[in-house]
Amino acid sequence: MVENIKAQIHQIKKYQFLFSELVKRDFKKKYKRTVLGMVWSILSPLMQLAVMAVVFTKFFGRNTEHYIIYLFSGNLIFSFFKDATNGGMHALMQNANIIKNINVPKYLFMVSKEVSACINFGLTLIIYFLFVAVDGIPFSLKFFTLLYPIACLVIFNIGMGFILSAMFVVFKDIQYLYEIFTQLLMYVSAIFYTTDIYPPKIQLVFFLNPVYNYIAYFRSVVINGVIPPLWHHGLCLGYALAVLIAGMVIYKKNNYKFMYYI
Amino acid sequence: MKTIELNNISVSYITGDFANTGLKDILIQKLKGTYVQKEFMALNNITFSIDKGELLGIIGTNGAGKSTLCKVISGIMRPTEGTMAVRGSIASLLELGTGFDGDLTVKENAFLRGALLGYTRDFMNKTYDSIIEFAELKEFEDRKFSHLSSGMKSRLAFSIACLVNPEILILDEVLSVGDGAFRKKSEAKMQEVIGGGATTILVSHSLAQIRRMATKVLWIEKGKQIDFGDTTEICDKYEEFIKKK
Repeated sequence: MVENIKAQIHQIKKYQFLFSELVKRDFKKKYKRTVLGMVWSILSPLMQLAVMAVVFTKFFGRNTEHYIIYLFSGNLIFSFFKDATNGGMHALMQNANIIKNINVPKYLFMVSKEVSACINFGLTLIIYFLFVAVDGIPFSLKFFTLLYPIACLVIFNIGMGFILSAMFVVFKDIQYLYEIFTQLLMYVSAIFYTTDIYPPKIQLVFFLNPVYNYIAYFRSVVINGVIPPLWHHGLCLGYALAVLIAGMVIYKKNNYKFMYYI
Repeated sequence: MKTIELNNISVSYITGDFANTGLKDILIQKLKGTYVQKEFMALNNITFSIDKGELLGIIGTNGAGKSTLCKVISGIMRPTEGTMAVRGSIASLLELGTGFDGDLTVKENAFLRGALLGYTRDFMNKTYDSIIEFAELKEFEDRKFSHLSSGMKSRLAFSIACLVNPEILILDEVLSVGDGAFRKKSEAKMQEVIGGGATTILVSHSLAQIRRMATKVLWIEKGKQIDFGDTTEICDKYEEFIKKK
């Protein structure tokens, strides 16, 4: 057991340097040393938010308190999910030339993509809290519970990345199918509408959508100042772990088969 | 105990339309019952073993499966059939010029490659200057990697890779890097590593080089093992085979 843990620690130390170099590379590439670089990655969700606010406030915003924050919560979580999973999907193929010729653990490439998506999310999160303050919602210690859905979402994204990147190696059209999938998912994630127009039973159906869980958690804490019930916590973690385990199993099983398709 | 031992190693690829079509097509084909998998034997029943300190030359025409064999021995690929034992730390230098990032600078790429090859950050900090000097790229270190010529790229790759001190060294066509002067330098450097007692596998199209360096030779053709054994004998046979072609 001790030996096992020692070996594990050795493994992590061994690849620590590689991992940090990969993160640096992905980060530099993403922002390409341009002036707008990092500003752009904040500007783009803000513009999306602005358009949605202009269009939808008239329809859904009248009866919803803090509608801008309601929208922003949905957008924030959903774009993080979309960014991270899209990045993860391409991680293996983008590094095909390395994987083909050098014996390194393939998951490192995927996890490094997740880290750069997290950095992006972190930046947008700061803007989000600025909006929260401007909208007159007082800061509360309860906000720290948001770390929980964020952690779950990161695990969920990594799991999705495992599954998608494995599929992408074999099926190249998965990227188009996934685009359609995320679009549909966005519409059922209640980003710009509220679910209370539906009967309570139907409202529960929304919780079948993992991303909606994380969005609902954010809204509940930030807008209503209520920490969600225990079952909601369970769902957040349950979805994340289920997807992560499924992803790891797929990866482990196909790890060496990837070579035939890359 | 032998350092490298391969018993009936086979690698088969699944080819055909499979890799090119998408999920949608596969589903439709499966529904219609027209879905077929084609197999391609990249390696077929390879058996050989070498002792510590030996230098194995692998020869064969293009597409014989030499590179696939190197990937199997270095652990990048798993064989579909057969058993193997490779005892010792491996450094494999395959297709040196690939896998760099054109958008990063030469220096950044050097560190990334070092990390990929399993070097530590301290080691890279210490040896970076000698790497860039050996590659003769000092004045290019802050340039974008994509601005280098292909010769320069492989020079950098070789300079990083040759710092290794492994028990098993796998070289796939890497001794023909750069111009004449650099080639001499790189061969001398590799000889140093090999002379240090490393068991070496060398893939080369230069028969003269194989004759000069190898203690054993493996000849494969279209994935099949033609012969394995003494250098002079097999090189003579191979030369005859090439002439007849």
